[in-house]
Amino acid sequence: MAKKGKALTRVGSLDELERLRESVVKRDHNKPSIAVCGGPGCLALGAGSVITAFKKEIEKQGLDTNVVLRIIGCPGFCEGGPLVLIEPQNILYHRVKAEDAARIVSQTVKQGSLIDRLLYHHPKTDRKVIHEGDIPFYKKQRRLLLASNSRLDPNDIEDYLALDGYSALVKALFSMSPEGIVEEIKRSGLRGRSGGGFPTGIKWQSCRRAHGDTKYVICNCDEGDPGAFMDGSLMEGNPHSILEGMIIGAYAIGSHQGYIYIRNEYPLAVKNAAIAIKQAEDYGFLGKNILGSGFDFTVSINRGGGAFVCGESTALMASLEGKVGEPRAKYVHTVEKGLWNQPTNLNNVETWANVPLIVNNGADWYSKIGTESSKGTKIFSLVGKVVNAGLVEVPMGTTLREIIYDIGGGVSDGKKFKAVHTGGPAGGCLPPSLLDLPVDFDEFTKVGSAMGSGGMIVLDEENCMVDIAKHFINFLKSESCGKCVPCREGLKQMSQILTDITEGRGEDGDIELLEEMGAAIKDGSLCGLGTTAPNPVLSTIRYFRDEYQAHIKDKKCPAGVCRIG
Amino acid sequence: MVALTIDGREIQAEEGKTILEVAGENNIYIPALCSHEAVTPYGACRLCLVEITRGKKKRLVASCLYTVEDGLIVKTDSERVTNVRRMVVEFLLARCPDLEVLQKLAAELGVDKVRFKLEEDNHKCILCALCTRACEEVVEASAISLVNRGVDRQMATPFYALSEACIACGSCAYICPTKAISIEDIGDTRIITMPHNTMEFKLKKCQNCGRYWAPQKQLDFIIKKADLPADAFDLCPDCRD
Ligand SMILES: Cc1cc2nc3c(=O)[nH]c(=O)nc-3n(C[C@H](O)[C@H](O)[C@H](O)COP(=O)(O)O)c2cc1C
Ligand code: SF4
Ligand code: FES
Repeated sequence: MAKKGKALTRVGSLDELERLRESVVKRDHNKPSIAVCGGPGCLALGAGSVITAFKKEIEKQGLDTNVVLRIIGCPGFCEGGPLVLIEPQNILYHRVKAEDAARIVSQTVKQGSLIDRLLYHHPKTDRKVIHEGDIPFYKKQRRLLLASNSRLDPNDIEDYLALDGYSALVKALFSMSPEGIVEEIKRSGLRGRSGGGFPTGIKWQSCRRAHGDTKYVICNCDEGDPGAFMDGSLMEGNPHSILEGMIIGAYAIGSHQGYIYIRNEYPLAVKNAAIAIKQAEDYGFLGKNILGSGFDFTVSINRGGGAFVCGESTALMASLEGKVGEPRAKYVHTVEKGLWNQPTNLNNVETWANVPLIVNNGADWYSKIGTESSKGTKIFSLVGKVVNAGLVEVPMGTTLREIIYDIGGGVSDGKKFKAVHTGGPAGGCLPPSLLDLPVDFDEFTKVGSAMGSGGMIVLDEENCMVDIAKHFINFLKSESCGKCVPCREGLKQMSQILTDITEGRGEDGDIELLEEMGAAIKDGSLCGLGTTAPNPVLSTIRYFRDEYQAHIKDKKCPAGVCRIG
Repeated sequence: MVALTIDGREIQAEEGKTILEVAGENNIYIPALCSHEAVTPYGACRLCLVEITRGKKKRLVASCLYTVEDGLIVKTDSERVTNVRRMVVEFLLARCPDLEVLQKLAAELGVDKVRFKLEEDNHKCILCALCTRACEEVVEASAISLVNRGVDRQMATPFYALSEACIACGSCAYICPTKAISIEDIGDTRIITMPHNTMEFKLKKCQNCGRYWAPQKQLDFIIKKADLPADAFDLCPDCRD
């Protein structure tokens, strides 16, 4: 493996940066590389031993200085893991085992010949697919954020530089004013990727205008949605893009201290973020007088306690202050009084990752992607009863049908599609009649679900919708902080009623009672957990009322999941 | 001063006060269970919700937390508000069916039956956190807290054991709106019964009349805090002057 030189001194000016970038590009350009995915999907399928095998083989075959081995973050196609990408030919091998390493090095890397068995087999054309971009899973995607994951070693800042990394920061620091950056983000139409869809530029502007000596920016990588891995994969696979976004944001807002709040269950994200911060400091992208611009900014990492509710802004800030991670009312906004009562700007990982793209390419370019009210791309974690599970990045406006069928390859095992659950635990279930719904913050809310942070679970005819609603309510019940009555007591009672229904003790009037409770819990709860928690129940009642009725009246579970009687 | 409207009445109010305070001063009733002037507002019972209109937007806010603003229009009993309150009382009655405060509220709001499964463990605690806030903010002992998350949340001392930090002052019992905490002095012992545990403390004997008159730990706490001589409380207040 080629060892790369560490910058001996900080990059102190633009000239120095350009010289460094040139030397990095020259050194690595066209050098053969093997990239093995080290994301959770591939690791679960044995990528760890594949990585070890490649290390050994490269050494054994005497290629240490000629071949670069990269352990990359998840590029998305988890279904085909462990994934291996060979550059410069851009060959994608899937389902690679440790024993394949020797042949891949001797045949593909050394001689350029393909190993047929490891290529992806196109299910429709019956052909082998060679290049990553040609497999149908990636075809309809637009991977503005995720594509780089295949091309860089997250622990090597020079890989990021070779891909033009930190050029947006240069542009922001040296040819834009802080107000100009805020304006650009506003014009781009970027909305918060945590799911709320709050306009990012407006948040920045409020924080910039807020009174306070010290201002903070925070990156929310708590990703509490179980099964979702959008933010984790960005943090693991391309931490510098998030740092770059944060530095630009801090400069625009007038902040000199940032925090990345990462859930404790993401040790690799913590590790990669820490390495990235260290390298960015060493190279002069963080710390005092960044790139000689006079701007100072530091970032620290905080590890979250793991509770779902800690992702909520006020709970997260309480937790950062070392207090119990419990939400409080936000009648005074956190952009005015947040962390330690100072103006604080909190954005989601994916939101931050979009910032360098917008600064580099301009708001006009960005706002051409997507729909009228939702711009850019969105990453989804596509799981459940779908052929190609994995991470999917699509332009806003893409329909659910395109995601599930064209990208996801349809429902697995030839089963019938029943619903897709979007928006995380407090999201909703959408029926087949809504398959042509475009990905868009407002469209999702209108139909009683939510975009959320991007969880997407495909359900088929063998899923019982009452059981699904019960599953999510039980999750939320156990994650409620317990502070306010509607959420704590309401979810407990909802769970009880749903359990009764699924066990054959449902009574006339239960559906109406659930609807009445749902409305009151939404209206009455203190934080976003409670105000969205009834969604799984309300949306399944809205679209699958007959299934509830079958359980209550006929004492039958149409899907055959609930054991009634 | 700011000018606002509550239930159609135009009211002048001092800036910085909450809607609940201002309503109270003007004899406008808003139910509230987790609010008390001695401690910081918390916003957990949700009974004090009111509907506010600002511009075109209507929303529900906790009046114990929301501070008055110029031009604010407040409705304390809109349909939305009442729906939430009724449901909250019904939820709480399922939790603590025998509580008089709740039964009174239910009657006020027209909640005539509880449609949920009633809890059997009659601990009387509605988790309003008035006791823990009083203990932390007023007494500054932080002896009790809310433990566990979500539906398992309980008010308790650390590990449900005799709390080292507790000085047996009884502020928690005093502030509790549901009498879930009780205090009894028997001979030389004070017994504090919490919803989920019981603690016993020694009382101090007056060196003159021999009466057991206050918890030893509370007196020690005051001596330490106020830097008083160690024998400051050897006599009870009656024998002191
Ligand atoms: C219960 C709850 C959990 C949340 N969890 C997360 C989370 O894990 N990650 C996240 O980015 N935002 C989460 N949020 C949203 C945050 O409160 C906050 O709005 C967000 O981080 C702002 O980022 P954005 O404007 O870039 O979307 C959660 C909100 C609630 C109510
Ligand atoms: S809505 Fe739920 S999670 Fe939020 S403060 Fe209330 S009890 Fe806690
Ligand atoms: S008194 Fe306001 S929420 Fe309880």
